[in-house]
Amino acid sequence: MTPPPSSAGKTWDAIVVGAGHNGLVNACYLARAGLDVLVVERNDWVGGAATSRSLYPGFLYSNCSYVCSLLRPEIMRDLELPKHGLQVVPYEGGVILKQDGGYLGTFRDHDAHRREIGRHSLRDAEAYDRYSAEVIRQCRFIRPFLLRTPPDPTSLKPRDVQELLYLGRKFYDLTETEMADTVRFWTMSIAEFLDEFFETDVVKAGFCISGIIGTALGPLSPGTAYVLLHHYMGDVDGAIGAWGFARGGMGAISESLASSFRASGGTVRTGASVDKVLVENGRATGVVLDGGEEIRGRLVVSNLDVKRTFLKLLEEPQLPADFVKKVKNFKIRGSSGKVNIALDGLPDFPALPPSAPFLRGDMHFTDSVERMEGAYDDWKAGRWSADPFLDMMIPTTIDPTMAPPGKHFMSCFVQYCPPKVEGHDWTDAERDGFAKTVVDQIAEYSPNFKDLILHMEVRTPREIERETGLTEGNIFQGELTFDQLLFNRPVPGYAQYRAPIGGLYMCGSATHPGGGVMGAPGRNAAAEVLRDLKKPAKDMSDAYPVL
Amino acid sequence: MPTPSFDAIVVGGGHNGLAAAALLGKAGRRVLLLEAADAVGGAARTVDLAPGFRVPEIAHLANRLHPEVVRRLDLKRHGLAFAATNLATTSLSVDGRPLTLAGAFGERLEGDIAEAERVAWAALRGKLLRFSGVLAPFLSQVPPRLKNGGIADMMTLGKLGLGIRRLGRDDMREFLRMVLMNIADVLDEEITDDRLRAAVAFDAVLGTSLGPRSPNSLMTLFYRLAGQANGVQAATALPRGGMGAVVAALASAATASGVVIRTGAGVASILVEDDRATGVVLASGEEIRAPLVASAMNPATTLLSLVGARHLDTGLVRRLTHVRSKGTVAKLNLALDGPPPFTGLGAEGLTGRLVTAPSLQAIETAFDAAKYGRYSDEPALEITVPSATDPALAPAGQHVVSINAIYAPFRLKPDSEAGREAFEARILAVLERHAPGIGSRIVAKDFLTPADIERRHRIPGGHWHHGELSIDQMFMLRPVLGLAQYATPLAGLYLCGAGSHPGGGVSGAPALNAVSRILADGKGSSLFAAGGKSRR
Repeated sequence: MTPPPSSAGKTWDAIVVGAGHNGLVNACYLARAGLDVLVVERNDWVGGAATSRSLYPGFLYSNCSYVCSLLRPEIMRDLELPKHGLQVVPYEGGVILKQDGGYLGTFRDHDAHRREIGRHSLRDAEAYDRYSAEVIRQCRFIRPFLLRTPPDPTSLKPRDVQELLYLGRKFYDLTETEMADTVRFWTMSIAEFLDEFFETDVVKAGFCISGIIGTALGPLSPGTAYVLLHHYMGDVDGAIGAWGFARGGMGAISESLASSFRASGGTVRTGASVDKVLVENGRATGVVLDGGEEIRGRLVVSNLDVKRTFLKLLEEPQLPADFVKKVKNFKIRGSSGKVNIALDGLPDFPALPPSAPFLRGDMHFTDSVERMEGAYDDWKAGRWSADPFLDMMIPTTIDPTMAPPGKHFMSCFVQYCPPKVEGHDWTDAERDGFAKTVVDQIAEYSPNFKDLILHMEVRTPREIERETGLTEGNIFQGELTFDQLLFNRPVPGYAQYRAPIGGLYMCGSATHPGGGVMGAPGRNAAAEVLRDLKKPAKDMSDAYPVL
Repeated sequence: MPTPSFDAIVVGGGHNGLAAAALLGKAGRRVLLLEAADAVGGAARTVDLAPGFRVPEIAHLANRLHPEVVRRLDLKRHGLAFAATNLATTSLSVDGRPLTLAGAFGERLEGDIAEAERVAWAALRGKLLRFSGVLAPFLSQVPPRLKNGGIADMMTLGKLGLGIRRLGRDDMREFLRMVLMNIADVLDEEITDDRLRAAVAFDAVLGTSLGPRSPNSLMTLFYRLAGQANGVQAATALPRGGMGAVVAALASAATASGVVIRTGAGVASILVEDDRATGVVLASGEEIRAPLVASAMNPATTLLSLVGARHLDTGLVRRLTHVRSKGTVAKLNLALDGPPPFTGLGAEGLTGRLVTAPSLQAIETAFDAAKYGRYSDEPALEITVPSATDPALAPAGQHVVSINAIYAPFRLKPDSEAGREAFEARILAVLERHAPGIGSRIVAKDFLTPADIERRHRIPGGHWHHGELSIDQMFMLRPVLGLAQYATPLAGLYLCGAGSHPGGGVSGAPALNAVSRILADGKGSSLFAAGGKSRR
């Protein structure tokens, strides 16, 4: 816990609530524009859900988010994150282990991956070229929108009209076929989309994965093709759709952001939990901490999700009734859990050839779309999946800094896992039951796995919410369905990062363009704050001109 | 080569084929309509189930017969009359507390229900009707080209934008938020009563491959609510004499405008010469030539089977191959030797539409089975008793019952094939629970799964709409990009069936739009056959 700064009684230019990656990105840009910024964080460490924590002696856990790709390269450059210690190492491949003892590997290299698919189906290998061209085209189409504030389609303000025209022109620049494919892509289910390309179950399962991670939808639900895009629009070193590990765990991203922030003169205060946002004469004027301490600021930016910001830090009468209703209806159902494991050595997977790079990437055990959908059905019924989908990594195969020599850290993202079990709060016994299904699934493919476990941290949405504050443990601060995207995110009429209260802003993943360790919401919110202050957005590449 | 004696051939004598033929006939064309079956009407036929018992074989309610079709073809003069308009929907409950949604889409709620629910429902209903009203004008429009279109295309898009804007700021925001939502989330926000939630969710998913929790399931409800019956938006009606009466009126209108109808004349292929349709070849081998062919059959069947992929570019073939068209609704028609004994329902109630789904969740559970190619364990039913409204459909004192059951997937897992009888038994079990003793009154029955519908009516997948009504297959994407304006790459060949915008249901709207396109293309050309490519 950092000691309270000696500046008691001062009024900050801006107070950012929550030191998650978006809060820090936001604070960095504000500080670089010359504002005197304070970030307050409830935990004793920064990073929110992008942290590395030592939960077992000698091991560093990326215990929430676990891989990196979406962090916008513009942000990395603007905030000089590599200079502040950030290093992203792309991972080399991955694998789906099949129930019949076979496997489907994935490779970073397109041709290698194509050959591997060809081992299962030559037709699918051919389709892979067509498929990746299509997905990359969709990524290219959407990427320019990530760092722009969504226009209000009901507004006739010049700026909104201009932005709408920009969107319209981008769309109109497409050919008619591309337009049609784009509309289809946004509305189809990932399973239907893949059916148009592939015939093999395991191949489809492999491409399905990005369509469901973090969502409360199954692969057969319309709209999941967009979710796939959401996971693909990032890159590592310019390779679109590539993923990597942050050296030192995901906390390295937050640490580099905090370091960049401090270098610009910003102040971070950890161990300071905000109880209320101060509102005077209809304007946010600061925050009150648990314990009653008041900190004053000319404006407040909340990195918390909308439910937490408006239903906990504010009182209902302070807000328009219609807005409160929409915030209450905001869909933020948790759908995933996490099991983090310290291992005494690298587990054996006898089905895999010894020299393959599969352990140096993402590993999966769900070999069909149908099994994924079945896992979702359990969630719909309020249970954790009996046959869960796992996105499993052993980052220490690439980054030795996270465990003692010869030992390994394993991160298992698990879907689906409901925020409540059949309507009641999780019990510890149920949490252990959840962990058992995960461990058992891995052990089916790795005979020595159970013997290697030194320590295990199990996180259901309950634990995720407790530590990070994410309502219902939803990793995206709100589901990525169209009713909560673009100008609808978080709620229609308030998609431009401004709350209904003057001087209060939102900068978390609950705002456009949504979740993942992307930083775009934090940056876009900073642009809006600076616009209101009529200050130039210093160091912000591609920033809007201040009108 | 014989001189063509017809200006146009319409392939398929379902309601859309009949409407297209009649409209072309009215426009002065000499039209030949070819139907493979022994009678016209397709899926809108009324058939004999047993001596004296007449049932709607598949379609059993009129909720979207397009007013423009009725007006232009003067269907009332040709005998179309309604036995009942503005049918009520009753959400049955086994504990004898049915909830009736009276008037168009629950204008009034009858039954014991909390006052707060009534208020919330009135607000939600109003919103849904306003939003679907924005879409209604587009049911009778040729979908615009997304790009490279003409002024008319721009106007159509502009009108849609204007329609949304005219809702006012708050409604516009709500519209843009809700448009791709699922019906379960919409209801979760406003309504708690299980009977009401189930009845509304049922309307949203009936005839689709969606469950209440599948995104986009609100759009299918909008689609239904955009229709009208006898001048009332979102209402449901029963034609006098059954759905077959609509067919009879259309056939009468067609004949009156000089259309020659040939039944028992299945088309085996469409003749193509120099990228131009020049006629058809019947299954018998007989060749009939005409400069224009309009197909009311499924678009994929028309182009891939009747024309043949060799005449089409590969992109189009690929798109047509991928049209999703797997039906999910089974039909059970019953003849009873007495009235169906529904618990808590008087004679009045029998004249309405009955829905059995204990809750929205029950529909979702029923859907889950279908996802994996299994019949639902607890199917949800839509029941009508046509003879309660129109006694002529059954002998005195006796009745016919018409039931749609979901979910019955078209593509079954191999081990579920044997489940057909079991599924029928499950439907009857649900029925028995709501109407104890009904089973002993059955004197005849006919059960059709989507596979049966496909066999009997040559509708791929047995799908009501000749292709799933999902957003990626709607409007300018229906049936697929490049065919949405009813013209095909072959000059003189047009699509005019439910596979085209705005889709299925007994509306006649695809035919109406197709004919307007055909006539527009034909302007300035004596044989109006050159038009197929004019705007491509």
